[in-house]
Amino acid sequence: MLKKRIIPSLLLKDGRMVKSRQFGQYRDTGYPLTAARIYNAQRADELMVLDISASTEGRSTLFEVIEQIADECFMPLCVGGGIRTLEDIRQILKGGADKVSMCTAAVEEEGLIEKAAERFGSSTIVIAIDVKESDGRKEVYIRGGRTPTGKDPVEWAKSVEEKGAGEIYLMSIDRDGTMHGLDIPLIESVAHAVCIPVIAAGGVGHLEDFKKGFDAGASAVSAASIFHFTDQSVIKTRKYLVNNGVNVRP
Amino acid sequence: MIAVIDYGLGNLRSIAKALEEVGGNVLVTSDASQIQQADRVVLPGVGAFGDGMKNLRERNLIEILTQEVIQKKKPFLGICLGMQLIAKTSEEFGTYEGLGWIDAGVRRFAIDPHLKVPHVGWNAVRFIKEHPMLSGLPKEADFYFVHSYHLVSVNSDLVIGVCNYGGDFLACIAKDNMFATQFHPEKSQREGLNLLKNFLTWNP
Repeated sequence: MLKKRIIPSLLLKDGRMVKSRQFGQYRDTGYPLTAARIYNAQRADELMVLDISASTEGRSTLFEVIEQIADECFMPLCVGGGIRTLEDIRQILKGGADKVSMCTAAVEEEGLIEKAAERFGSSTIVIAIDVKESDGRKEVYIRGGRTPTGKDPVEWAKSVEEKGAGEIYLMSIDRDGTMHGLDIPLIESVAHAVCIPVIAAGGVGHLEDFKKGFDAGASAVSAASIFHFTDQSVIKTRKYLVNNGVNVRP
Repeated sequence: MIAVIDYGLGNLRSIAKALEEVGGNVLVTSDASQIQQADRVVLPGVGAFGDGMKNLRERNLIEILTQEVIQKKKPFLGICLGMQLIAKTSEEFGTYEGLGWIDAGVRRFAIDPHLKVPHVGWNAVRFIKEHPMLSGLPKEADFYFVHSYHLVSVNSDLVIGVCNYGGDFLACIAKDNMFATQFHPEKSQREGLNLLKNFLTWNP
């Protein structure tokens, strides 16, 4: 049976690892390769690397970091941030990533998801959906959470599935870095609307948050703060989930 | 020397690094003379079947690969799309002809609202036959998969390992000097590296 996945995420900014809170207030959390090594040793199921470098120099370090991670961590690696073209995707995959994640370009570049899925296979294409809530309404945001799109998360999720996306990385901007728990209703609504796997992200602060995410229909739960700022680890998470009847790798 | 075939698709770097990690001498190449000099051949692949065949054809790799693997019988490892390409046909984004080295086809997972496709993540593979490539591996182990299509064959002699996802499918097959996995050993941490290590010394 397919196992539920625990996916630590690494946020990169100009070559350093950072952690955001609601897509801002970045805190430096160290050297990305060291973190990747630790997650690999702890048998994380996959790694998510998101680059938010603003500068070209920062951007070029992304390729080095990907290569360094891929060269010694023999685990699945998904890379996102700033990917806009088929050539960008090819470069990232060439560096050793297995999947790419796209957010802004998926909204702005008409036909990109379709072309990327046909060229690289659906299973290589992850679409990140960043969601913010205002006046009780959930909306898809792009450009690092700065630009509203008017899109409804469930409708956008169905649309990207139809265009050929292989997975959805569903992030609650409001929960990001707060450690207040995942947005369970959001996960439920999206996971039940699509047939492709949903990776739930944003808000994990306690081990039970992983379980709640899986119970809500997520195929994977992604987290960062809990691993950076608490004494919880991938090993403890796995143990907790096994003991609580969640089908993860033993 | 192991030739990891570069046909413009697939995580070549990861496979090369994983083979090096277990002691292999690796060359990522699409050059005919280098492939001829290699002792072993790995066909990796992430991507769509049609593009895969098109790229092999454009790089004039079909003939040389068939010569080295089928005629000269060099140990061959196909991974993911590299497993699917040795089949006769695939129905991914149209109908395509494969290398046709084994009596098999490629099909999409059945449409089932409860089944998420692509099949992404770690799933248990049950090895139903012994094989030198499985030396030191448990009878059942979790491996990393990422695919929407899988091999189907009426020839049960090929089957080495099966995986269950809305029904059993072929996770691992072998025929003569060919061994192929739908999962990614290079991404499957310890068990995956074990399998790659076995490939270095496999003498079919």
